[in-house]
This record gives sequence, structure tokens and C-alpha cells, in this order.
Amino acid sequence: MSNSIDWFKKNLFNGWLNSVLTVVCFYLVIKFGAGVIQWLFIDSVWEGTSQTCRQADGACLVFIKEKFLFILFGFYPREIIWRPITGVFIFCLLLFLTMNRKFWSKKLIYGWFLSFIVMAILLKGGVLGFVPVDSDKWGGLPLTLILATVGLIFSYPLGILLALGRRSEMPIIKSFSVIYIEIIRGVPLISVLFMSSVVFPLFLPEGMVINKVFRAQVAIIMFISAYMAEVVRGGLQAIPKGQYEAAQALGLGYWQSMVKIILPQALRVVIPPTVNTAIGMFKDTSLVIIIALFDLMYTTKASLQDPNWLGFTLEAYAFVACIYFIFCFSMSRFSQRLEADIKSKQEH
Amino acid sequence: MSGPMIKIQNLNKWYGDFHVLKDVNLDVQKSEKIVICGPSGSGKSTLIRCMNRLEIHQKGSLIVDGIELTDDVKNLEIVRREVGMVFQHFNLFPHLTILENLTLAPRWVRKMSKKDAVELAMHYLERVQISEQAHKYPGQLSGGQQQRVAIARSLCMKPKIMLFDEPTSALDPEMVKEVLDVMVSLADDGMTMLCVTHEMGFAKSVADRVIFMDAGTIVEENNPEDFFSNPQHERTKEFLGQILH
Amino acid sequence: MNASFLRDARNRAIIFQIMAILIIFFIGNFLYSNVSANLERQNIASGFGFFSKEAGFEIAETMINYGSQDSYLKALAVGALNTIKVSLIGNIFAIILGIIVGVMRLSSNWMIEKLSKGYIEVIRNIPLLLQLYFVYAIFVDIFPSVRQALNPFYGVYLSNRGVVIPSISDHVANNWIFLAHFVGLVGSFFWFKKCNKIFEETGVMKARYLPSLFFIFIPPLLVWGGFGFPLTWDIPQLTGFNFSGGITISPEFSSLLVGLVLYTSAFNAEIVRSGINSVKKGQIEAASALGLKPRLTLSLVVLPQALRVIIPPLTSQVLNLTKNSSLAVAIAYPDFLNVSNTALNQTGQAIEVITLVIIVYLSFSLISSLFMNWYNKKVALVER
Repeated sequence: MSNSIDWFKKNLFNGWLNSVLTVVCFYLVIKFGAGVIQWLFIDSVWEGTSQTCRQADGACLVFIKEKFLFILFGFYPREIIWRPITGVFIFCLLLFLTMNRKFWSKKLIYGWFLSFIVMAILLKGGVLGFVPVDSDKWGGLPLTLILATVGLIFSYPLGILLALGRRSEMPIIKSFSVIYIEIIRGVPLISVLFMSSVVFPLFLPEGMVINKVFRAQVAIIMFISAYMAEVVRGGLQAIPKGQYEAAQALGLGYWQSMVKIILPQALRVVIPPTVNTAIGMFKDTSLVIIIALFDLMYTTKASLQDPNWLGFTLEAYAFVACIYFIFCFSMSRFSQRLEADIKSKQEH
Repeated sequence: MSGPMIKIQNLNKWYGDFHVLKDVNLDVQKSEKIVICGPSGSGKSTLIRCMNRLEIHQKGSLIVDGIELTDDVKNLEIVRREVGMVFQHFNLFPHLTILENLTLAPRWVRKMSKKDAVELAMHYLERVQISEQAHKYPGQLSGGQQQRVAIARSLCMKPKIMLFDEPTSALDPEMVKEVLDVMVSLADDGMTMLCVTHEMGFAKSVADRVIFMDAGTIVEENNPEDFFSNPQHERTKEFLGQILH
Repeated sequence: MNASFLRDARNRAIIFQIMAILIIFFIGNFLYSNVSANLERQNIASGFGFFSKEAGFEIAETMINYGSQDSYLKALAVGALNTIKVSLIGNIFAIILGIIVGVMRLSSNWMIEKLSKGYIEVIRNIPLLLQLYFVYAIFVDIFPSVRQALNPFYGVYLSNRGVVIPSISDHVANNWIFLAHFVGLVGSFFWFKKCNKIFEETGVMKARYLPSLFFIFIPPLLVWGGFGFPLTWDIPQLTGFNFSGGITISPEFSSLLVGLVLYTSAFNAEIVRSGINSVKKGQIEAASALGLKPRLTLSLVVLPQALRVIIPPLTSQVLNLTKNSSLAVAIAYPDFLNVSNTALNQTGQAIEVITLVIIVYLSFSLISSLFMNWYNKKVALVER
């Protein structure tokens, strides 16, 4: 390992100070851990009403039991709630498979494609005898996943195009790409969401109305594509000039050399930062609460407005934090493993 | 002072479960030039890195210029001032000029004034014939030039012993000679040198003793003529057969 | 001749770009006509004239004097100042905390290393908005009312109305104390220079930091004593239903600050750690072999190289925190975006307001890019 971490550990943190710190930390951890266990398991209330909960000291798990379907699925009709549950389950299954390189193959891509159709059918209904459900009623986790996934599917190619445009030698194309990327990256996502909410309708001819979810989705796509563009640009820069030259020498045209030679290498090299951008986007979907879309964040907040169940903010937030954490943490571990894989291949 | 410059007795080192140095015994006299060779993984680099405690031995004793290498920090400081090291990958400080690379330790460790340190540095830069690059940065020099600078940097601390850890292994073939020439002239000036290297020509012309290590032990040691013409052990013969062709 | 004209690569590029311009022009025209028609239909004004109109809304926290009768322009300025305030303070704390946690990640103490790793992983994998709501909920739901306020340190009170801390009261001694501080600072600066000069000439490095601290703190102490140790701090006291004296920091600002600092510090910590990690082991070995003690190796060899790797991504995080401060709209802190949003809702002039928002945030972006470029040029390693 050619790094200085070991030297740091040995030389800067040694001796009696260490032992004292360990003891203090240990004590704090035990105290905190005991407190959490006490709150979450020992004193927690599993059965009863909100009255029972308020009288007890521990976590109100009854609240979670009452509300988890709403938090997870929003206003989706209760009778057919098995449909979004199945959809989310399929999604998680595919995500789990994708995070293991062993399963990467053409079949996986077909699998994703197929499951998108299946998930769309399950959510929307209207065919195969499923009762149709308007997109207004989609909420909670499915909405968050849709925003994130569709966002990724469209922002990735758009980002690639922008990155190529930025490296283009044609001044118009280059300036357009640069202006787009720098403006989008310079402003907060919220402002882009506001823009899509407010400005989008102004751009449309009279009478045309666009769905709120669609507007938010476009905003997310436009926003993330600028960040993807920078990631891809890093990959393109990492490819030695010799590759471009070899492709040209072989007589390949611009698009051919890009698609067949350069992009496969460039995109592979930047898989870790790409995944990190995707994780960031997943977290950013929570911002759609600000334009009143019923994503996971909104349903959580809404569940706290129920007059019968006031005051259980800790339970609600902890619950949804766990959900976000599970998704983001698994993806980040995946990205770290990929990075380690790539590094070990390079060091040979 | 009488007695050997370096005295190693029953030196043992483990990396976890791997026993990398097994009961090594070695005496190095003043002004002696020793070349250590052997297959990779034999522990030769580890052995010389123990001599300035870049690696820590677990058993046995290592005494450099009368000072035993233990956890004693003060002793270690003294030893590190007396022992210079040249690395396979040069390890010049990229953010400092050549001159600053050389004056860093004399100013901060030996507490020399800037003027004296620069004078000293220029003297050694001329010694390794690279004084015109004094104000360049390492990134602007070739491998051979960088390694010569690295040697000059160690010499600025006026060490009594110089350790070389495969100094030419990372160099392009045409630059190996310029570095070896510097090492030869150092040897001629009476420096005590321990050199891990595959350059057998250097060993033949400069070494007082050639040591062959394999699997953590010293298998054979002899003067160069006898070592190369009449190796005693099987493993030595095998090794020499592989590298001399 | 037509054939070879079209095959010339330069001509193709020009034709392609002309087509691109035409497409952009047509789309632009289409959008523009729609926008004008829609704005006209909805009777919305155009132009930036509304800046001088009366705003008509109050702002909860202001750094300058402002009332609802002031202009929109002033309201937006208040918002911008609020954004700058929370970004500046937030970034300072986020960097400090990031350095602390980053160094903890390098500790040989297993407990500390794992704790800091856990902190970073948890914070980075939960959306910032959720963390903000959480911290805000602690203030608003969990903290006690003012009369039962928590008192963690002397003079500091936490309640659901915010944080109250002591402030510096008006006293004639204050000016002299600040002057003494300033003189001390100048003195320590010269002391530093003197020590460096002596080092250059003789190789002896005298103590630099301890005497500097002496310079900075002893003279003010003496001045304070000279005035008879007057109480120049305004310690908050609970009078009736509220605190008098001291400074009250709103729960909105506090939770925004805490949330932003915790979140950004986790990213900063990783940046610090990977920066130190990037310095190759060989560098430290060479420095040790030359006899440099660990502290010198750190300051002369490791840190200069580590900082080159740390500063660029750190600058990005500074910009990120500034952009993330726009989440203030979720917990009703009147930052620039929040105020612009109000202005937009009231005037309906979306295009103008959004243009202003873009310009303001882009200028933050530009400043940080300029800094980064300057820094990179300054410390670039010289290579062939």
C-alpha cells in the first residue's frame, strides 16, 4: 500500500492518550447504544392507541404500524396495494442483482427492460384487468424510485452528449454545452425544480397542461445530466490520446470511434463517480416535497399531520431515514467495491 | 571506534505469520562495500530497511555505529542522521526544487543556516554532476538525474553509512550507468555501503563482499571473485545461473 | 463542386452548426411567443420595474433594517445577506469539523476510527432535507419552552425559541481591548517573520506559536485588568417569558446551520482523509530516512502535497453548502431563494425573478471557480 495512513496511525496516535480516548469513547457508545435499545426495544409500545404511546417513554411503534403503508405508498388505493408492493419488490431484486458483478450480462439488461414494463403495468393498471390508477395517487417509495430511475435513464445519455459537446471543436456546440453545464451546476436543485414548476407552464402553448410529476422529472433529468456530463468528461480526459489516434488511423468516423472505442473505455473508468452521482440524485428526489409532490419525504411529513397521531416525529423520521439509508448505503458500498476492483486491476 | 560499523545478531522479523528474516547474522566493517543479492521475497530489502528502522525487527539485535536500534526515539534520531538511504523510486519531494530537496534535512535536522546548507547542497550536486539543475523540480528531470539527486540528498547529511535499495531497478537501461558511476566514486572515497542490487558488474568491480540471501537467511557470502567463479550452495548456483546469461 | 464541398470536414462542421443555430432559433422563438402570450393572458407585467415596488411582506430575520414597506429590491438584498451569513459561518464550521473528523479517520485508535467512519456513512447516506427536518424538529418539538430552557454552558440557553448566547455589551473598555488584540496580532506576525529570519541565518528555530498566542491574548487581558475587569459581556437573563440581553439565534437559523455543517463536514472529512492518503508512503520514508521527526515530516512534506489534493474538492463542497443553503425554504429561514420565491408568488413575474436567482447563485459559483483556478495554478507541481 503506497499511502501514508499507516505511518499516521503509528506516529501520531500512540500511548496513554489512546487508552484514555478508547475508554471514554467506549463508555459513550455503550451509554448511547443502551439508550437506543431502551427506546427502541424495551420501552417501545407495540400495541395500543396514540394515548398509550404518549404515556410511555419508548418508541411508538404503533405509529409505524399504522402509518407505514401510507409513508411507503401514499394515497394508492389500499385494496390493490399488493401491486406497488410487488413493483417495489421486483425493483429491489433487480437492484440487488445489478450490484453484484457476477450477474452482469445481456440478460440483466433484458430483465430490467422487462421489469420496467411489468412495473408500469402494476402501477398504472388499465390493462390485463387491473384497475387503472391515476399518477396523482402514486406516492411514497414508488414515486421516489421512479423519479430516480427515470432520472438516471435519461440523464446518463444526455450527460454523455453534453460531455461530447463540451469537448467538441465546433464552437457553437461547445459553447452551448459549456453554458448549459455551468449554469445548471451553479444553481441549487430547488431553483431548477421551482423553474420547472413555474416556468414550464409558461413555455407551453395555451391549453396544454403538463403533469406535475412530469415537470419534476424533467427538472431532475436536466439537473443531473449536467453533473453526469462532468463525470463523463473526466472519463474522456482519462483516455490516452493514442486511443483516439488509433481509431482515426483505422478510418473510423467520429461517432464510430466514440461508440466503439472511446466511450466503452471512458464510461467504465468513471463507474464509481457515476454511481456516486446516482446516489446523490436518489437523495435529491426528496426535494420534490418543496413543489408538493408526494414522494417518500412528503408522505412522511404528511403522516405527522394526522391530528390523532401528533408528536411522533422521531419515529417517523427514523423510519424513513432507515429506508433512504438502506438504499444509499448499499449503492455506496457497491461503488466502493467497484473502485477497489478497478484499482487492483490497475496495479498489475 | 573499534568494532564493526554494523553488527547484526540473530535478527528475526515476521510480517504477521510470514517469517521474513530468520536468524540473520552480519558484521559490516568501516568502509566495507557489501552487495546483497537474491530472488525477490528473500528479505534482502527488508534487511537493509531494518538498518534505519524503516522496518522493525521483533527478535535479535541490530547495532549501528555503537547504537542499538530499539524503540528508543533519541537513538533512532542519531542513527537516522548517520545512515543515508537511496530508494528504488527515488522519493524526491515533488513540491520542492532540487536545491530545496537537498537543503531540507540539513536545515531542519542538523540546524544549519540557509547559506551553509545551500553551499553544502551545491557541493554535492557538483559531486553527482547535476548542479545546473539546482532550481528545477523533480518532475522535470529524467529518472537517472532524479536518482543522482537522491544520492546527493542523502550525502548532504554526511552519513557514515549509505544504504541502497535497488537503486537502478526503476531506471531505463541507458540511465543505469550514470547512477552506477556515482556509486562507484562514492565507494572509492571510502564510504561504508550496503547495496541491494542485481547489477553484478557493479558487484564484481566494487564490492568487498557479496552476500546471497534466500528465504530470509544469508545462504552464502564471499569476496566477489570466489562468489561468482565458485558458488558453494545449490541455491546460489541456481540464482547465478538465472541472472548471469 | 457540390460533392467535394460537402465532404470537406470543415464545411460539414459549419453546416452542422448552422443547422444547430437554426434549430435553437426556432425553438427559442416558439418558446418566446408562448411566454409572451401566456404572460399577457395572465396580465403579468414584464421588466424589472417591480424592484422598486413595495414588497408588502415581513421577513423574520434581517441583517439590515427592513420593513414591509421597503422595496422588493431591499427584500431580495436581505435574503441574499441571510444566504451569505449562513453560508459563511456554515462553511467555516464545516471545514473545521471536517478536518477533525478526517483526522479521526486516520487514528490508530480503533474506537475513534470506527466512530468517525460510522458518522460519515450515516450522514452521507441520508438526504440533507431529512436531516434538516430532523434537527428542526428537535428544536421545535423536543426542546423545552423558554422558561425551562436547557443550560448546557454558562450563559447559553437552548429552548424551542432558539439559542441564546451572551453578547458583547457596550463598554468603553471594549475598543481598547480590541485594539490590544489587533496590536498583539501585528506583534505576533512580526515575531513569526523574525523567527524565520533567524532560522535562515543560523538554523535555529525559536518557538513561534506559543509566543504568538502570548502576544494575542496577554495584552488584551492586561487592558481588561487596567479597566478593573469590568463585565463587558451581556449574559442573558430570564425575565418573565423571555430572555433579555444576549443574542437570540432563531431555531430556523440554528437548525439550518447545524444541518448544513453536519452534512458537509462528512464529505469534507473524506476529502481530508483521501488527501492525506494520496501522499505516497515513499515520501514519508525518504523524510524519515533523512532524520526528520514526524511533526516536521508532516508540515514540510506531507501537508503541502496533501493540500494540493484537498483544496479543489473542498472548494466544491464550499460551493455545495452555499447552494444547499437554499433548502432554507423548507424550514422557513428567509434566505435568498425563499425571499425570491415569495416575490415570485406575489408579482407573478417568474422569468425576471428566476433570472435574478440564476445570476446570484452563478456569481457564487464564479467566485469559487476563480479561486480554484488561481489556487491550482499557484501550487501546480512543475513537470516536463
